[in-house]
Amino acid sequence: MSRTELVQLSAAAAAAKLAAGEVSSEELTRAHLEHIAATDGDAVDPADRSRGKTGLNAFLHVAEEEALATARGVDASRAAGDELHPLAGVPIAVKDNIVTRGMPTTAASRMLEGWLSPYDATVIAKVREARMPILGKTNLDEFAMGSSTEHSAFGVSRNPWDLDRIPGGSGGGSAAAVAAFQAPLALGSDTGGSIRQPASVTGSVGVHPTYGSVSRYGAIAMASSLDQIGPHARTVRDAALLHEVLGGHDPRDATSLKDPVGPYAAEAAAGAAEGGLRGLRVGVVQELLHAEGLQDGVSQRFRESLEALRAAGAEIVEVSLPHLKYSLGAYYLIMSSEVSSNLAKYDGVRFGARTLPEDGPVTIERVMAATRAAGFNPEAKRRIILGTYALSAGYYDQYYGAAQKVRTLVMRDFEQAFGQVDVLVSPTSPTTAFRAGEKVDDPLAMYLNDIATIPINLAGVPAISVPGGLAPENGLPVGIQFVAPVREDARLYRAAAGLEAALEAQWGGPLLGRLPATETLISARTEGAAK
Amino acid sequence: MSAISRDQVAHLANLARIEMNDRELDHMAAELDVIVEAVRSVSEAPIQDVPPTSHPIAMSNVLRDDVVEDGLTSEEALLNAPDAEDGQFKVPAILNED
Repeated sequence: MSRTELVQLSAAAAAAKLAAGEVSSEELTRAHLEHIAATDGDAVDPADRSRGKTGLNAFLHVAEEEALATARGVDASRAAGDELHPLAGVPIAVKDNIVTRGMPTTAASRMLEGWLSPYDATVIAKVREARMPILGKTNLDEFAMGSSTEHSAFGVSRNPWDLDRIPGGSGGGSAAAVAAFQAPLALGSDTGGSIRQPASVTGSVGVHPTYGSVSRYGAIAMASSLDQIGPHARTVRDAALLHEVLGGHDPRDATSLKDPVGPYAAEAAAGAAEGGLRGLRVGVVQELLHAEGLQDGVSQRFRESLEALRAAGAEIVEVSLPHLKYSLGAYYLIMSSEVSSNLAKYDGVRFGARTLPEDGPVTIERVMAATRAAGFNPEAKRRIILGTYALSAGYYDQYYGAAQKVRTLVMRDFEQAFGQVDVLVSPTSPTTAFRAGEKVDDPLAMYLNDIATIPINLAGVPAISVPGGLAPENGLPVGIQFVAPVREDARLYRAAAGLEAALEAQWGGPLLGRLPATETLISARTEGAAK
Repeated sequence: MSAISRDQVAHLANLARIEMNDRELDHMAAELDVIVEAVRSVSEAPIQDVPPTSHPIAMSNVLRDDVVEDGLTSEEALLNAPDAEDGQFKVPAILNED
């Protein structure tokens, strides 16, 4: 098989070929490493990492040697007739805020440049146990704070549909890598939509599992009551297969649930089968259908998706989340409060960068302040200061306390809605991918883009984003989000796989089959810049 | 009227241990003003008699069994230290000399 054919295999298809002995894990892994080398680009300025790379810039670190060693080990075990995990030998990329032994973890911050984790995150231990080669670490907004990767200390990642546009954030690197065939699967983290929004704007699949159902041990904490690790993939079934690897109780995470894992892939298969959505009650969130700034093409593809669901046997019902309008404010207060606390540990004492004050006495307090001034970008500082304000004496009840009560109202809204329907549906993001630089100076406009994704984190309910087609006005991907009640992740996979199958039947194949070759886009861009 | 003054930002920056120059303080005060105005709506929500939620799934304390386990070695714990001496983290003066 050619490199192009190998990298275009879904994880499920690759696993089947590995099991049948048609390809080796080494061939498969090497094909992905070569594709990364061909599409991620070269350093714009080798002396200045902040300028990123000329191509997708999805990877901050490529772990070629380790990935190939794992792949060869799997091939040898298979030849010896050992029993292997179904995904053994299928490569994966990892968002760089999930700690890994033996390779750097930076959270895309100068603060952690050069830092090496002395331990593996639980999800990494699970990936290693399944013997999936880790291709490398993907780009993100610094400490996962942002919706575009423009807040990465190592340059913006690019959207494989249009290199002048952002791939979403914070997990733009993982989403771009998966969409552009650099990796069949990737790990992400979702605090306010950081898996689902990048999936939406790159035409891929992203899942926010039920809060607590996937261990957060070893995920660099941003906002602990909202953070959740989950899968990026190109198909619903692949996301389900990866979710089954990641899930399960972890005594090292005090918020970890003790529920059994799955069956996700089986539910995805059932949803994609003929009549798989018959009887499913799907609630259309009215507030999100009339959201401010909803792009025409997004609205159009969303309505077509509803038609496809109805044609597949689902019942479409209108539902309301009356307190949704308060959720954005509650989210920004709770998130920034938790950020201000979680990021207090970056002080130049025990690990990470240390910066000395330029003048005056060198005391520990002044070293901390200089370290944090140099190590954090403006977005991180903005959130730390907002959180410090929201938690400070005299303002607590008005801001953080009120936000926690709004959180209860939002959860009650979901409970009420799920009394009427099985799943909720809305566009994942009100717009398609915006241009790099378009919103970076307007934090509020950037925040408003997250209106459909953040209530999910407040309530801890599971949600998935699946491709809903390309917006007619600009040819960019639109994402459709399904939401299920807490602990009903399996239901998501049924609904999303049903929609995916119905839409792909209309389109004549997967949406990413229409993705332009990344190498062609890069050379066109380079030539354009040279003129 | 602005909700957040520059002096207030200077105080918050000091609490958060982030050094900021005058230009940064001005910029941050203006930005925070817009953001605080936008998030203020939470206190207008119908939250009277509504209990707060700290985590989406109710939790109780989780304790592990009281048995000795291997942790990081001293070398591993100090691997990323900006400065270390005799198996300990080393920092500049804690107390101001004057």
